[in-house]
Amino acid sequence: MSLSEHATSAMDAPRDTVLTVQEASVRYGATTVLKDLSLSLNRGEFVCVIGPSGSGKTTLLRLLAGLLTPVSGSVDFRGQPHRAPSRDIAIVFQDYTNALLPWRDAEGNVSLALEAAGVPRAERRDQIHALLRTVGLVGSEGKFPAEMSGGMQQRLQIARCLAQKPDVLLMDEPFGALDAMTRQKLQDELLGIVAESQVTAFFVTHDLEEAIYLGDRIIALEPNPGRVSQIFDVPLPKPRNQLTTREMPEFLRLRRQLFDFIERYEQ
Amino acid sequence: MTALKGLVLPIGLLIVWQIAAMATGMQSDTLAAPDGILVALVNGLTSAPFWVDTGDTLAAGGMGLALGFSVGAGAGILFALVPPVSRILRVTVELLRPLPSIAIVPIALLIFGFGYQLEVAIVAFATCFPVLVLTESAVRQVEPRLSEVARALGLTAWARITKIVLPAVLPRLFVALRLAAGIALIVAITVEIAANPIGLGSRLLRAASSLRPEDMFATLFWIAFLGWALNWGMLRLQSWLFPAMSRSER
Repeated sequence: MSLSEHATSAMDAPRDTVLTVQEASVRYGATTVLKDLSLSLNRGEFVCVIGPSGSGKTTLLRLLAGLLTPVSGSVDFRGQPHRAPSRDIAIVFQDYTNALLPWRDAEGNVSLALEAAGVPRAERRDQIHALLRTVGLVGSEGKFPAEMSGGMQQRLQIARCLAQKPDVLLMDEPFGALDAMTRQKLQDELLGIVAESQVTAFFVTHDLEEAIYLGDRIIALEPNPGRVSQIFDVPLPKPRNQLTTREMPEFLRLRRQLFDFIERYEQ
Repeated sequence: MTALKGLVLPIGLLIVWQIAAMATGMQSDTLAAPDGILVALVNGLTSAPFWVDTGDTLAAGGMGLALGFSVGAGAGILFALVPPVSRILRVTVELLRPLPSIAIVPIALLIFGFGYQLEVAIVAFATCFPVLVLTESAVRQVEPRLSEVARALGLTAWARITKIVLPAVLPRLFVALRLAAGIALIVAITVEIAANPIGLGSRLLRAASSLRPEDMFATLFWIAFLGWALNWGMLRLQSWLFPAMSRSER
């Protein structure tokens, strides 16, 4: 069996869906934010979402999180109707400063997720240290969020989400507020974490190259009302590399397609 | 140094007062010279009844404050977190809140009679509403993102209150306590002057009505000192507990 055949067969292997959205509509007052939107997330895949502003990217994420319910249609999580947040779905918010407890240090913030899950006190310490090691925060255990850089705070929020041992990791432009170098570093670390924990990732971004670099699949939303416009498969090999992956013809082709897509709405 | 500059005016006034009293050879049933007041104050501070009165005022005020603060803070949290409760009780609270606390003295007197209970009840009534209002607004202003975090993490309602809401509002809860402490002292003294025959307020009234101006002013200065010391102590405690907040407030 040649290498390429092996890669295809792995991709075509039956994969169960974790989250399914069927014909869901969401309204805020008189405005329809999402209309008859359908999509499904397969176990272990990395799905990125792009779209012009107003296309309902964040609303879609909140719908998947169970933070809001559709006015029509349905959301299923592991085959069951999904109406309220579940501990198996973790959310990484963009505004890490607001999402962390300023009065708890790094350990305490990770501990919050373990306390919520009822992990006994004696077991928490080891788990916290393992999680902080995973996100590269060794040595910052006793630091408070206000004493950390933006990148460190976002790492801490990711650690807290991983403490939930989630099946699905929802991320709302998590690196949007970070500088380019930190962002690239965190992208690679995130890919490593996702690959290792086999979590299903749903990643909202406005950075088209970030979407290609991270995703197995890219969902493009269009606005007024928000709905799925196109789905792009990303056939780039893994693990990805900040230099070589971004120079591949396939990467550049997708980049062109996505820019053309976005261009239509940016006038 | 700046603190000392602030003392120039009051000390200057006392000196002018003293000189005026000595120059005119003042004999009065309503005014007293500073030296006489000082003697009365020292006499008071070295006598047991003076301390009993001080203790009565502080105990009644303190117990009323504890009761009013607990009820107010608890109701404030409940109102902010459970909208139906807020809707049901809102009108009742808004009707009771503007009632001057001293206006309920006659009713409270019928219920409790003279003594501690009367004063505790009225101080509790007076302090509970401002604490309620401040607590409710503090809880409403807790970062909404944190309540989403709490939902995503699956925190129980009790864990949300103890692990997120209370720590988040603690600094502002302390400000509410500080303001309520000031109110408690004022109301305690007022109740003692108006009705309750215990404490420093009653002492003040007795001194005035038995034409002992030195004692009257000595008690007045002592009450002023207690109020100042209370606020000073609370401010120090606040800057020790919540250093970040006190910096921005000063």
